[in-house]
Amino acid sequence: MNPRTPGADLPEHPDFLWRDPEPKRSYDVVIVGGGGHGLATAHYLAKNHGITNVAVLEKGWLGGGNMARNTTIIRSNYLWDESSAIYEASLKLWEGLEEDLGYPILFSQRGVLNLAHTLQDVRDSVRRVEANKLNGVDAEWLEPDEVRKVCPIVNTSTDIRYPVLGATYQPRAGIAKHDYVAWGFARRAHEAGIDLIQDCEVTGFATEGNRVTGVQTTRGTIAAGTVALCAAGHTSVLTDMLGIRVPVQSHPLQALVSELLEPVHPTVVMSNAVHVYVSQAHKGELVMGAGVDSYNGYGQRGAFHVIERQMAAAVELFPVFARAHLLRTWAGIVDTSPDASPIVGRTPYDNVYLNCGWGTGGFKATPGVGWALAHTIAHGEPHANVAPFTLDRFVTGALVDEHGAAAVAH
Amino acid sequence: MQLIECPWCGPREEVEFHYGGQAHVPYPDAPAEVSDEEWAHYVFFRDNTKGRFAERWCHSAGCRRWFNAVRDTTTYRFERVQRLDDPEPHATEPARARRSTAS
Repeated sequence: MNPRTPGADLPEHPDFLWRDPEPKRSYDVVIVGGGGHGLATAHYLAKNHGITNVAVLEKGWLGGGNMARNTTIIRSNYLWDESSAIYEASLKLWEGLEEDLGYPILFSQRGVLNLAHTLQDVRDSVRRVEANKLNGVDAEWLEPDEVRKVCPIVNTSTDIRYPVLGATYQPRAGIAKHDYVAWGFARRAHEAGIDLIQDCEVTGFATEGNRVTGVQTTRGTIAAGTVALCAAGHTSVLTDMLGIRVPVQSHPLQALVSELLEPVHPTVVMSNAVHVYVSQAHKGELVMGAGVDSYNGYGQRGAFHVIERQMAAAVELFPVFARAHLLRTWAGIVDTSPDASPIVGRTPYDNVYLNCGWGTGGFKATPGVGWALAHTIAHGEPHANVAPFTLDRFVTGALVDEHGAAAVAH
Repeated sequence: MQLIECPWCGPREEVEFHYGGQAHVPYPDAPAEVSDEEWAHYVFFRDNTKGRFAERWCHSAGCRRWFNAVRDTTTYRFERVQRLDDPEPHATEPARARRSTAS
């Protein structure tokens, strides 16, 4: 009798969630970027508008960029009307997304606390809570003792460098399993007949006057009726090919996880003043992030002193974390805009739509922007939720200044 | 931690420096006369190069002087640093818009 080789009795390879097709010569819509936004746009093009002759081009693998690297925080407690409209629409879609996709995404509405550490923080936070309520977004102002009730491990004592003076609380906020979200959208898009083409980098565009006629890629030229750019940190690489200037700067944004721990952290905590945001993933890792590295970078890595500072902030706020070990760190490339708001909609080309500038906060917008961008592509007119976020607002001056206003961490 | 070569002080740790973004962005000669679009481009629009990029840096926790650098934004490696009063031409070729931003 032959001894069995250990590991030889492997189970059958599981079914793939989507095909890996060869690109066709031509599509009605070509979406550049197979991250969350691109995949969500593809899904809603099929579901809401019946447009299925669509390709999503991804230079790496699906959901392998910022979609795989973010800290998965979902909330809609932004200050300005324009922002809360799109983020709240997105949050409502998150609330039904598991059913829509028929796929588990582990959306856990565990609430978010945005801590206030200075009197100005307190004033800004209370103002934001009132603005949120007027916009139908759930929001509360919590005093330090109430903060402790929601999240007992936050250090609310008065003897730390920046004491917690209170927090805004959005109970409907939460986290989701980012990979599952990408896979769920990809599976649905694939079922609708949309081609998800990986390992396909865009190298140029064929243009005729004010129209793009085709997309040149590492897998050949693909004719396109409409093109949507959903490339996040690499947007400028594409717009440079088109000769469009877009006011975004790409920065590394780092995140980290601890080793697996017992459940200790029941909610999501963000602090701009001390500068860290933390949640505990379903599996048990503490997931943390902070601000971007200061310099422009496309390297998907950042400097360690940035990690060191955010861990110092985390340990100050959560003394219990002092015993946790850092497991790994990484970075995504985020495209930051001058007013910390996204840029979505028309470009100088009639049939090219832009979706960029989401900076550090694009994950939470995934279903919301997919819905609105699909509408924009289908109707040739910006959806109301993205209409304020034009490229030409930087010329007209109609900025949506969320810098600091919306607990946006930069 | 990366060491950055300050043209006056020599190599110092990265935390001593402050990033100043794209170098060689000229202030408009006649700011009152430029169009809204030209002004917006001066204020908000910068190149976002993947690869060699000419930048300003300030040795803010050292000599507090500004200097120019050419750095690769994919590797973060500094290729050269240059004093502002260096007579050598500074390495840059900023991208120019071929199309209007207004749409």
